[in-house]
Amino acid sequence: MKEKQNNLRQSLRDFFIASEDEQNGGVKERISGLRRYVSKIKPNFVEGGRFAWLQSTFEAFESFLFVPDTTTKQGCQIRDAVDLKRTMITVVIALMPALLFGIWNIGYQHYLALAETVSFWYMIGFGLAKALPVIVVSYVTGLAIEFTFAQIRHHQVNEGFLVTGMLIPMVLPPDIPLWMVAVATAFAVIIGKEAFGGTGMNLVNPALLARAFLFFAYPSVMSGDKVWIADQPDAFTGATPLGILANGGTELPSAWTMVWGGIPGSMGETSVIAIALGATLLLITGIANWRIVLSVFAGGIGIGLVFNAIGATPYMQLPFYYHLIMGGFAFGAIFMATDPVTAPQTNTGKWIYGLLIGIFAVLLRVLNSAYAEGMMLAILLMNCFAPLIDHCVIAKNIRMRQKRAVVTSKASAK
Amino acid sequence: MSQFKKLLIEPLRKANPITVLVLGICSCLAVTAQLKPALVMGASVTVVTALSNLIISLLRKGIPARIRIIVQLVVVATLVILVDQFLKAFVYDVSKQLSVFVGLIITNCIVMGRLEAFAMSHKPWESFLDGLGNGLGYSLILVIVAFSRELFGSGTLFGYQVVPQSFYEAGYQNNGLMILPPMALVVVGVIIWINNSKTESK
Repeated sequence: MKEKQNNLRQSLRDFFIASEDEQNGGVKERISGLRRYVSKIKPNFVEGGRFAWLQSTFEAFESFLFVPDTTTKQGCQIRDAVDLKRTMITVVIALMPALLFGIWNIGYQHYLALAETVSFWYMIGFGLAKALPVIVVSYVTGLAIEFTFAQIRHHQVNEGFLVTGMLIPMVLPPDIPLWMVAVATAFAVIIGKEAFGGTGMNLVNPALLARAFLFFAYPSVMSGDKVWIADQPDAFTGATPLGILANGGTELPSAWTMVWGGIPGSMGETSVIAIALGATLLLITGIANWRIVLSVFAGGIGIGLVFNAIGATPYMQLPFYYHLIMGGFAFGAIFMATDPVTAPQTNTGKWIYGLLIGIFAVLLRVLNSAYAEGMMLAILLMNCFAPLIDHCVIAKNIRMRQKRAVVTSKASAK
Repeated sequence: MSQFKKLLIEPLRKANPITVLVLGICSCLAVTAQLKPALVMGASVTVVTALSNLIISLLRKGIPARIRIIVQLVVVATLVILVDQFLKAFVYDVSKQLSVFVGLIITNCIVMGRLEAFAMSHKPWESFLDGLGNGLGYSLILVIVAFSRELFGSGTLFGYQVVPQSFYEAGYQNNGLMILPPMALVVVGVIIWINNSKTESK
């Protein structure tokens, strides 16, 4: 006990001495000082150490600071340079344009509603004041739960929540009460993810589950024309294009406005251009599957054309490409539908999955005005069917190959 | 003595009909939006399981094996109609709230399950205790689920306002999802999760 205490004291001293060295030693010294410190305190956190119960937390921070030096000891394994950490961070980077635009747009919509002209930085400042607390609450709640579960189960803390924690604020309206964000994040992480076994085991997308939870639990803050603009003046109606259509209206913002994104809506979903920037990065790096993205858009366009042909209601007569630029369609197609965990694994399955998401999203929007935004429910529904799609595709492949095998064996018997 | 006690205690947790055997889920989702109907439902099922277990156990040697399900159904149906009439006479509003679900006790898997698995092969007193224990185990889960659903969904318990008005003024809102049946399934799932993780570690 005493010895360990001394040990800890010594390591603390080492750390500070190292930082003093660094003043004349430069960057290299500092890194080695921190490295030395982390290695020094490591024995406390391994099996039998004083803080062994914090092992997962320690490992999470260690691998956050340094590249893990563990190598495969046995068996034949292939390791990709693009590991989970790099995948996740790429998605977060891809989300940045949409997030930054969203922050600006919160301010822009607010001052537009007040009919005031303010400078660019005022808008950014106002948007930050609204968006940052939501992001912080989402991350703190989610990570606290992830760390706790990893600790209890003696698992490593996974990086999966880095993306989820960023996605959750981006699909919520800017005026959402913070305690609701915390409740929804906790629900999504515990019920949607940890109950199924943690990162990589979840059946549905946790970020969308958080949104669906809020949508059904607290409809007053998630729908209508009063929630999409922060601190909205009472006399002003701030309906989203989808909200206008669901209430039977037809006076929409121009198509160009909806493409660049100067419309009310969830924090990250309004600008198709900003989303397209992120999409380019994800598609080039191959982290988002192009088959899913393409087929979601194809499904949406296809059903849009069918509705155009029928044309029974004003909503059906809406030009088909409007569906792709309104609401969360583009955001969902790029960042939600492509989640590799909840999408099918087979290529044929991905086509079916994407097409059905596009079809259901537009179908829900046009035919069921109670759910103005069909994208969320469409993706959640298809998430549930993804394993079944995979199963059918594989079973079909097996049947096909079996048939072929029988034929050739007969041929050789002759 | 301890054997009788075990018959009564075990279905409460270790062999709970809902969380371990996963029977009777349907009514558990339907009647638990509020505490009062859940309590009445639990009491009704307890009475039916206990008495039908007792009666079938008394008759067990005279029932021909090939028509035993019919005999069991007759007994259960009689008891359910008695309970239904009783509820209509004394707690009419609750009986209206429960609507078909009292009648559907006939098809409740717990009742038939205990008759088949226990009463047909055990003595009357033991069967009675087993029925009572299983009914109580069912009621326990119903009350836990209904408690959380009514508290978070409506802010009330037994219809009385529990969440103070100052909470609502501070921005608190009732959780609308709690009123919907899917959330009952999630709550039952969480109870099963906690229950399993506790029994596993023992």
